[in-house]
Amino acid sequence: MKGDHHMILRVIAKCLIPLILIYAFYVQFHGEVGPGGAFQAGVIIAVALILYALVFGLTATMRAVPPWFTRALAAVGVLIYAGVGFWALLSGGDYLEYQALFGEPPGEHHGQHAGIIIIEIGVLCAVSGAMTTIFYALAGRVAEIRDEDW
Amino acid sequence: MTEVMIGGTGTALINILFLGMLFVVALAIARLRSLFAIVMLSGVYSLVSAAWYILVDAVDVGFTEAAVGAGMSTAVLLGAMLLTARTAKPEKPLQRLGPLVVCLATGVMLIYGSVDLPALGDATSPANAGIGLTYLKINWYDMGVPNVVTSVLASYRGFDTLGETAVVFTAGLAVALLLGFGERSLAETLKKTPKAETRPAPRGKDGNAA
Repeated sequence: MKGDHHMILRVIAKCLIPLILIYAFYVQFHGEVGPGGAFQAGVIIAVALILYALVFGLTATMRAVPPWFTRALAAVGVLIYAGVGFWALLSGGDYLEYQALFGEPPGEHHGQHAGIIIIEIGVLCAVSGAMTTIFYALAGRVAEIRDEDW
Repeated sequence: MTEVMIGGTGTALINILFLGMLFVVALAIARLRSLFAIVMLSGVYSLVSAAWYILVDAVDVGFTEAAVGAGMSTAVLLGAMLLTARTAKPEKPLQRLGPLVVCLATGVMLIYGSVDLPALGDATSPANAGIGLTYLKINWYDMGVPNVVTSVLASYRGFDTLGETAVVFTAGLAVALLLGFGERSLAETLKKTPKAETRPAPRGKDGNAA
């Protein structure tokens, strides 16, 4: 390499990526009280991975988070969401009726809270997995961004 | 009914500023030929419209626009751009006439249609007086969740959101099936660098920096 002229970029990205991930989890778990939710959090996690891929190269990213993992994550996310529906069915309610999860009367909220948190985790997995899969599929076709393209 | 939507001259000015910025960015995108600049400007467009959504109190929409429009789709478009040429082909001036007419006609029809829309924040509009008001009233007793958007999205309309999640999953699956999973290039890169360098092949020699 003729002088590492992306050094500032690398250092900044290394500092930023953990912050981006923490922010994604903040958005995820504060979806009940503020704007945002699992869809946005999933996209933010995918963006953190993409930033890593843009700066450190796709190969390093694929070693850290392999493509089979992102596809599995997307599928598992949908399964988690659908599973909550079946849990409610087994507890004697309608599909995705969180009130029935713990068999509570109306006005008690534990089932609602648990249901919302679990399906949001499912959405988080599905969105971040699907977005990363799309990025891998697109970016996996070229080796890397060449220097003159920056 | 018009006084509900005007939140003071300052808000109106910021509205005009944001919409004017959107207009300028859109014009620049239409005139540019360099794909890299177009991708970046479309990210700017998304960011400005996200700011404008927040100005009209659609915080969740603005957040999604910032995350998906400015973050995700810019990155995906960058990846897609690398697969093609760097600049768009110049076209003859006459060819631009058709799209211009279509855009103008659509714009005129949209403006004509917007005359009948209720004012922003109008308490008697169907969106605020109908089921929206019902959700606001029953939400706290039903859910105990302060953010009504979350409780509507995840619980009242949980079935729709399950469908949306399945759509996102299907989109990822479709792209992966069409373009390959990206592992082929990984395998090739690994083949070219047998010493398991983290940097890809073309930079090989002293690539253990970074």
